[in-house]
Amino acid sequence: MSIFLNKDSVVIVQGITGGEGSKHTALMLAAGTRVVGGVNSRKAGTTVTHGDVELPVFATVSEAMEKTGANVSVAFVPPAFAKDAAIEAIDAGIELLVIITEGIPVQDTAELWAHAQNVGGTRVIGPNCPGIITPGVALAGITPATITGPGPIGLVSKSGTLTYQMMFELRDIGFSTAIGIGGDPIVGTTHIDALEAFENDPDTKAIVMIGEIGGDAEERAAEFIKDYVTKPVVGYVAGFTAPEGKTMGHAGAIVSGSAGTAQAKKEALEAAGVTVGKTPSEAAALLREVLATL
Amino acid sequence: MDLYEYQARDMFERHGVPVLAGIIADTPDEAQAAAEKIGGLTVVKAQVKVGGRGKAGGVKVAPTPADARNAAEAILGLDIKGHVVHRVMVAAGAAIDKEFYFSVLLDRANRNYLALCSYEGGVEIEQLAEERPDALARVAIDPSQGIDLDKAKDIAAQGGFPENLIDAVAPVLVSLYEVFTAEDATLVEVNPLVLTESGDILALDGKVTLDENAEFRHAHHAGLADSAGADPLEEKAKASGLNYVKLDGEVGVIGNGAGLVMSTLDVVAYAGEKHGGVRPANFLDIGGGASAEVMAAGLDVILGDPQVKSVFVNVFGGITACDAVANGIVKALEIIGDGATKPLVVRLDGNNVDKGRSILAAANHPLVTLAETMDEGADKAAALAAK
Repeated sequence: MSIFLNKDSVVIVQGITGGEGSKHTALMLAAGTRVVGGVNSRKAGTTVTHGDVELPVFATVSEAMEKTGANVSVAFVPPAFAKDAAIEAIDAGIELLVIITEGIPVQDTAELWAHAQNVGGTRVIGPNCPGIITPGVALAGITPATITGPGPIGLVSKSGTLTYQMMFELRDIGFSTAIGIGGDPIVGTTHIDALEAFENDPDTKAIVMIGEIGGDAEERAAEFIKDYVTKPVVGYVAGFTAPEGKTMGHAGAIVSGSAGTAQAKKEALEAAGVTVGKTPSEAAALLREVLATL
Repeated sequence: MDLYEYQARDMFERHGVPVLAGIIADTPDEAQAAAEKIGGLTVVKAQVKVGGRGKAGGVKVAPTPADARNAAEAILGLDIKGHVVHRVMVAAGAAIDKEFYFSVLLDRANRNYLALCSYEGGVEIEQLAEERPDALARVAIDPSQGIDLDKAKDIAAQGGFPENLIDAVAPVLVSLYEVFTAEDATLVEVNPLVLTESGDILALDGKVTLDENAEFRHAHHAGLADSAGADPLEEKAKASGLNYVKLDGEVGVIGNGAGLVMSTLDVVAYAGEKHGGVRPANFLDIGGGASAEVMAAGLDVILGDPQVKSVFVNVFGGITACDAVANGIVKALEIIGDGATKPLVVRLDGNNVDKGRSILAAANHPLVTLAETMDEGADKAAALAAK
C-alpha cells in the first residue's frame, strides 16, 4: 500500500518532449513506473523513445487517457502555459495531477485550484514540487528513486532536497510513500491531506513531516495531528535563522512580522505531541527511536 | 515585491481607480515645483515601504509651495523605522468627509482571495481587526469568479457602508480588483479610501505587492524594482541569476535546493554556538544543476563578502551527480584563481558520491576540506570561521 500513487497508477507526461520532461520520463521508467505516453499538441502523432520503450505523443490529455488508460499526469510545462495544461488535465478527469513546474504566477495556481474544486475528481500535487514516490512501485516526479526502497515511513515535505536528505538519512529503513508538496504559497495537496492519507495507509507505521518558514500550514497540520492522527509523527522545520521579510528561495518561504517563523511552527507541532528535531539528522534519530518502540 | 505609494498610485490611475494628483520629488526644489504645478494646498508624503510614517513625521500638510519645500526638506533623509527617505510625493490636498478601508489579498490558508472592507477606515487595520472585528468584513473571493459590480456591492454592504454610498463605492472596488488581477498582485490595499466633502470616492493611500513569478507577462514590473537600498552583493547575485540573500554572519553557505539551504543555515548557526557564536553569512541556492559556471558565480559572490571567514558547500546529489558537482567546484576554483582566499568545507552525498569525493581528494586544493555529513561540515566550517 501507499498513498496517492500505487501499482495501478498509469502515467502520462505533459511536456514529454521538453528537456526536463524527457530526462525525467526516462528516470520514471527506470524507477519502474508505468509511463505510457505524453502530451504535446504540436508533436501529436510522433513518438519518443527511451531505451527499448517507445511512447506515443498525443494532442490532448483526454485523448491520451482514452488511448492508454492513464490516470496520472506529471506536468513539466513552462510557467506561462502551466495553468492551461492543468485545466486541460482537470477537465479530462485525470485522477492525479503532479505539477513539477517552478515559477508559476500564484494567481494562475489559485485559478487552477479553484477550477479543480469546481470540477472535482482531480488531486493536484504541487506546483513547484518534486512530486511523489512510492519506492519500488512508481515515481511521479523528479525524486531520485535510487536513494532508498520501500519501508514503513511516510514522508511529507515542502522541499525537494530536504525530502532527499531525509530519505537518505533513513535509507536503511525505507518509505511507504514520500511526497513533496511544494514551496509555493498555494499548493494543491497540503500537509494535512498527506497526513490524513498516511493515517489511513496500513503500510505506513510512522510519519515524518518536514516544514519550513512562511504561512501557517504547519500550525494547521499540528491542529489536525492533535485531533486525527494516531500514528507517531516526527517533525522538522527549516528556517530558524531566516530574517523577517526575506524570501528564502521558495516563493512561500517568508517570515512576515510574527507570522510564519520556524519557532512558532515547532511549538505548535510539539503542542500537538509531535517530536521535533532541530536538524535533519536529529529528526532522523527521533524517527528511529519511535520505530524501535512500535 | 512591494511598491512605493507613488507607484501604487500610478498603477491605480491606469486601471481607473480615482486618485488625487501626485508628483514625486527627490529634492526640496522639486517638491516646491511640484506643489506649484498641482496648485492649492498639498500634502508632502515620505515614500518608504514601512507603515507608521505619519507618526514618524513623514507626512506634512503644505498650504503653499514654499511650505511644501520646507516639508520636503524636513522629510527627506528622515529615518523611519530603519528606512531612510530618499523621495517624497507631493499630493493634492482633499477635504475629507469620511475614511474607509479596503483590501484584496491572496489567502494562502484557504487557497483563494480575501477581500477586507470596513466603513470605519483610517486607523491601523490590525487594531480595528482586534478591537472591533465586527466592523471589518472578510469576504472570500473565488478566483474563478472575481469581484463584479454585484459582488462589490455585497462586500461594501458587509463592510457596513450605508445604502446611499454603496453605489458610489462599488465601482471603485471593482477597479481595485482589476488592479489585483491585471497586475498579478498578491495584495492591493487602500487605507484610507475616502469620501470627499464634494461626494467623490478616492484612493488616498495605496499599498501593492506584486508576484515576482508573474514578471514574464508584465514587462514594466522589472522597472518598479528598487535598486536604492538593495545590498550590492544581492544585486550582483541577481545579475548572475542566483538566488542569494545576504545575512550578517561569517560562514558563507552554498547549497542546492531552497529547503536544504535553509536547513544548512540552521545547522551552521547551531554549530556556531560551540564556536564563539559565528553565524551563517548568506542564503545561496544554486539549484539542481550545480554546473562549474554556477558554482563559480556563487563562490565569487560569497567571497566578495568581506565578513565571510569560511564557506560551507552542502550539496545533496539527487538527480545531479556528485562527480559533476565536484568537477564544478574544482573548475570554479580554477576560474576564480587567486581570488579564492577563504577555506571551503565541502559535503557531498547522494548520487555518485564516491566519485565526487575522489575528484576533490585528487585535486587536493589547499583551501578545500571534505566532510562526511552535513553536521560535520557545518561544525568544521564554523570552527574555521571562528579562528
